[in-house]
Amino acid sequence: MLRNLPSWLYAALIYGFIFLPVGVLVLFSFQDSRVPIPPFNGPSLRWYAEFLGDGRVTDALLNSIIVAFASSAVALVLGFLAAYALARHRVRFSSFWQGLLTAPLTVSYLIIAMGLLITFNALGIPKSLLTIGIGHVVINLPLCFAIVYSQMGAHQANMERAARDLGAGEWQVILLITVPMLWPALFAAFFLSVTFSWDEFIIAFLVSRFDVTLPVEIWSMLRTGLNPKTNAVGSFVFLFSVAIVFLLDLVLFRKKPA
Amino acid sequence: MTKPAVEFRDIEMRFGDKVALSGVDLTVNRGDFVVLLGPSGGGKTTLLNILGGFLEPTRGEVLIDGKPVTGIPPAKRPTTTVFQDYALFPHMSVAGNVAFGLKMQHVPRAEQDRRVGTALAMVGLDHLGQRRIHELSGGQRQRIALARALAVEPSVLLLDEPLGALDMKLRRQMQNELKAIQKRVGTTFVHVTHDQEEAMAIADLIVVMNDGFIEDKGKPERIYLRPASRFTADFMGESNFIDGKVAGVSGSSVRVETPLGAFDIEGEAAPGAAVTLSLRPEHLRTDGGGDRSLGRASVLESGFFGTHHQCTAKLAAFEVPFKARLPQRETVTPGTEVEFSVDLSDIVLLTR
Repeated sequence: MLRNLPSWLYAALIYGFIFLPVGVLVLFSFQDSRVPIPPFNGPSLRWYAEFLGDGRVTDALLNSIIVAFASSAVALVLGFLAAYALARHRVRFSSFWQGLLTAPLTVSYLIIAMGLLITFNALGIPKSLLTIGIGHVVINLPLCFAIVYSQMGAHQANMERAARDLGAGEWQVILLITVPMLWPALFAAFFLSVTFSWDEFIIAFLVSRFDVTLPVEIWSMLRTGLNPKTNAVGSFVFLFSVAIVFLLDLVLFRKKPA
Repeated sequence: MTKPAVEFRDIEMRFGDKVALSGVDLTVNRGDFVVLLGPSGGGKTTLLNILGGFLEPTRGEVLIDGKPVTGIPPAKRPTTTVFQDYALFPHMSVAGNVAFGLKMQHVPRAEQDRRVGTALAMVGLDHLGQRRIHELSGGQRQRIALARALAVEPSVLLLDEPLGALDMKLRRQMQNELKAIQKRVGTTFVHVTHDQEEAMAIADLIVVMNDGFIEDKGKPERIYLRPASRFTADFMGESNFIDGKVAGVSGSSVRVETPLGAFDIEGEAAPGAAVTLSLRPEHLRTDGGGDRSLGRASVLESGFFGTHHQCTAKLAAFEVPFKARLPQRETVTPGTEVEFSVDLSDIVLLTR
């Protein structure tokens, strides 16, 4: 035990470094006074009550949920169809299309956001939840494509072949064989997309105007100074992400064959 | 007058520059168990895929029940396939798998249930309908794949090396079962394998394929005992080959000059042609009987195979040692000498 002390210390430092800011954020969301700085007095849920009573924050929360689930659903469907096409059909310049589909993963969100902003302006599309959603499809489509494509093996191709042999049409093959067999990958891709969209700030900030998502709302709250209410909202955002990651882990881990 | 179940007419298949099949003509009668046999790369699986609609031939025509099926996708053909890896759907129950084809045909629910029950009973697994696929053993999966393919009552059932993944004992057992099921349902089976014992055990008609051609086709006994080519003789078990030259022809008898002397063999060959005599190891006799002696041979190796002794022995006048199967109770040790003799009717004259 004593011999392991340096490694324990090292681990404590690393984890402290990673989790201390989050820990402080969460701790002071339970602060009973008006400023989120030591000393801690509480715990109290008054700031949670306050943020749930704030119409702007709850609107932003609802917007975030709508954008996250809708954009992830669109990204997943498009990513799946692209993966199915490239994995199951002989496509000319297949590796070029693959590269093109995954390329946005390497571009910074700021650049993507600027590109979108210019495009929406040029096309005269007003900034709204729709434009945020389009932005999130742009960043999540490559992710969905890559995850689904990596899971489409020859084994499933054989089963699709068997289904066709037994009389299934193309859509029946996709809906009755491909999708059910790929569902862990589809599930993972969808919920990873949801968490990315849920946290995303830059794109949501640049292409929104009156309807904003939660990260943008937090940013505008921060401009008026530190406040335990901001901590409460931040803690909630964090909790939501953690919940989804746990859900993913639980479902996918359980699905693993013995 | 019923039409044949399957007709291949002058099939050619090219993959780029590679010719996988060429000039394949084959007629399969309704209710026959046909085995396409050959080494890998021989074209047998390609031919099966053409029949199933997974490949379109570059030339030629396929007819099923007398109707051309060119351009018709697998889903619309009256064929179903038992795949080598079974390709069972892991997210469905056993009954769900067997019902899949019937669902695709919009068979009413009650009728589906009845036919699933019948198909499962046929393979002896009607008690496993609610199981998941991963709970089944290899042999059970094989049976479910068969039941799934037969439930839609296809005109022709295609089997792509279905026993390849099973161990030897289970494999022999499944062969018998496959044959029995085929006789019971009366469906035409086209089965691909590279196992010649399997082919002989189950086939009504064996089609030997090599290098994209049909080498030989016929009943198992004929293919084994009177092979049409050296390739077939060699592929269908072991053989001793004696190269020779036709010295003369009288009636249906051909005189072949060989290093072991002249043999008068029934067959057809042009005078002066180079031919090969083929002799199965079990046809070499050491009991002194037979039409003709080949002389004394010294035993090089001998091994006991349960039903027989397998040995190699060298004749003084012939450079390649002969393979022979000697009776179970006859013990031969390396170094001893045996006298080989043969019945001339057991020797096969091969002209190609």
